[in-house]
Amino acid sequence: MKQNEISMEAINLTKVYHRGSEEIPAVHDVSLKISKGDFVSFIGPSGSGKTTLINLLGCLDNPTSGELLLGGRRIFGNDGRPLSERKLTEIRRELFGYIFQNFYLIPTLTVMENVLLPLTFYRKLGAGNDVLGLLKLLGIDHRKDHLPGRISGGEMQRVAIARSLVNSPEILLADEPTGNLDTKRSAEIIRILKELSTTKGLTVIMVTHNLELARQADRLFEMKDGGLRTIDGGVDKKTSGLAS
Amino acid sequence: MITKFQVAYKNLLRKKIRTLLTLSGIALSAWVLVSLLGFNHGFETALNRDIDNMGFQMMIMAKGCPYEAATMMLKGGTGLKYMEQSISDTIRRDPDVEKITPMLMQTVFDPNKGESGGIAAYLGVEPKSYGEMKTFLTFRQGGWFMQADAYEAVLGFEAAELEQREVGDMILIPGKNVQFKVVGILNRSGTQDDGTIFVPLVTLQKIFEKKGELTTIGVKVKKEADSSRVEEKFYALPDVQVVNLAQVKQTIMSLVATAKVLVLSIAIIAILIAMVGVINTILMSVHERFQEIGILKTIGAMPGDIFQLIWIETLLLCTMGGVLGVVLALLLSRITELVIRAILPFSPSGGLVLIDAKLIVFTLIAILGIGLLSGLYPAWQAGRIRPLEAIRSDVNG
Repeated sequence: MKQNEISMEAINLTKVYHRGSEEIPAVHDVSLKISKGDFVSFIGPSGSGKTTLINLLGCLDNPTSGELLLGGRRIFGNDGRPLSERKLTEIRRELFGYIFQNFYLIPTLTVMENVLLPLTFYRKLGAGNDVLGLLKLLGIDHRKDHLPGRISGGEMQRVAIARSLVNSPEILLADEPTGNLDTKRSAEIIRILKELSTTKGLTVIMVTHNLELARQADRLFEMKDGGLRTIDGGVDKKTSGLAS
Repeated sequence: MITKFQVAYKNLLRKKIRTLLTLSGIALSAWVLVSLLGFNHGFETALNRDIDNMGFQMMIMAKGCPYEAATMMLKGGTGLKYMEQSISDTIRRDPDVEKITPMLMQTVFDPNKGESGGIAAYLGVEPKSYGEMKTFLTFRQGGWFMQADAYEAVLGFEAAELEQREVGDMILIPGKNVQFKVVGILNRSGTQDDGTIFVPLVTLQKIFEKKGELTTIGVKVKKEADSSRVEEKFYALPDVQVVNLAQVKQTIMSLVATAKVLVLSIAIIAILIAMVGVINTILMSVHERFQEIGILKTIGAMPGDIFQLIWIETLLLCTMGGVLGVVLALLLSRITELVIRAILPFSPSGGLVLIDAKLIVFTLIAILGIGLLSGLYPAWQAGRIRPLEAIRSDVNG
């Protein structure tokens, strides 16, 4: 289920960190367009800026310069002023779901309670009506009353995916989602992400070290020294300006 | 749906020992607060009751320290001073006096009292005038002695229990080789009379060779009389002093008020220590959950939500600790009372630790208030955690 509607557009996104008087460019002039329902992956060595980029795309951080449009709505770049933490949270909970390498499940809450947790803070209209169905879809409904410490790593990541989906996000950001999993379970998680992208029209943006897994995405980008390249059928195409 | 309350509660269970220790700290401080304030309230009430139940407004005694004499009269003790019994006739004839009751107190060392012996006090009274003065005294068994020089005794409620005597039993005055037949046992009155052994005044004077001597004369003045003028009048009598019980009460109460400040200071210190413990525990918990709190923000929690979560944890801790402390104070109030009685040189009869609903509500509100204050800083700190910092602390990109 692919749509041509633009989900996300970054224009010359730049992030510079400061260490004393030294300027460290983490992301430099990155532009890209991601359509609704796309499954894209970012690959690159440590320190290449891929996590910084995904943080900017996921509204976890303000860029130093550049623009970000989500569903046609301009998020960064209006007046150059950084958005407050509150404003960023408002955008995040409306549009994004996040999963991380370390799952970050609350150990004292059951699988079901962990999945329901986002609804405690915010409930998007029409969201969270079929949580059990979501658990079934991810194959963890039989674990709903278990504590995270009692289930496998693969199951924990599936719980994290369920938690990220409970508020019906438009975009799922996955930062090294398979970093703590073995090959078999990693493949399982990628299969789930791909399925969500194709069947539910969910835009999935994944960061990984694993080229083999990254290649399973519809589109593959490589981050290097803060710049972005798109890899198309093994042929590198420099994304000077726009990678779409 | 899971509520913030459930999340906070379950989080407290994460480090059970730490939560339990913090809870114990709060409970102990609540216990101290309730017990100390309960003691203050109880002591004040018991003292008021004791003095009001004396039945007379004034005591005439041989010259000496008036407050020492009053305390001795209330509690019983040694170092007694004597006055001529003839003074009682002078006082009785005064037109402002409604009635009087002459008394002779005698004390002996009783080797069988307590673990290593103790002072046994005997009060020689005229049953008619004493009974008229203390109309609230009623008998559980028997009645007053019938003859002025009988070898008979009436036991207060606690004295009878302590001596394990019934009407018809005999009691012996240690060192005097004299036996008294118990003819009456009083009901509990909640006053010093409960622990007193009453014998006929004449008999006691005879046994202790104090014929024509008294230690105290209880005086009840007429309603229309000006008690301070009567007091001045009696001061003119030779070798006696007048103890006005209203003044005694006022003096002791002002001492109690001073003690109250000290007691409250101790309670406040205990609470401050508990408060520091709570802040420390919650701050540690926030620090340990740095990443987790950051992630909560990525899944939709606003800074205010995080603030509430942490604040609820603090409030839960303080509420549970406060309730536990109050329960402890209630359960152990009897032991607290025994300890206080052992320490204090003078304590009124009846319950010394009085914990009522008002005190419990006050304590719980105070502990909750402290909880709210203690939680402010950790909750504010937690609310400020940025999700990006939490992720950065874990990821190299």
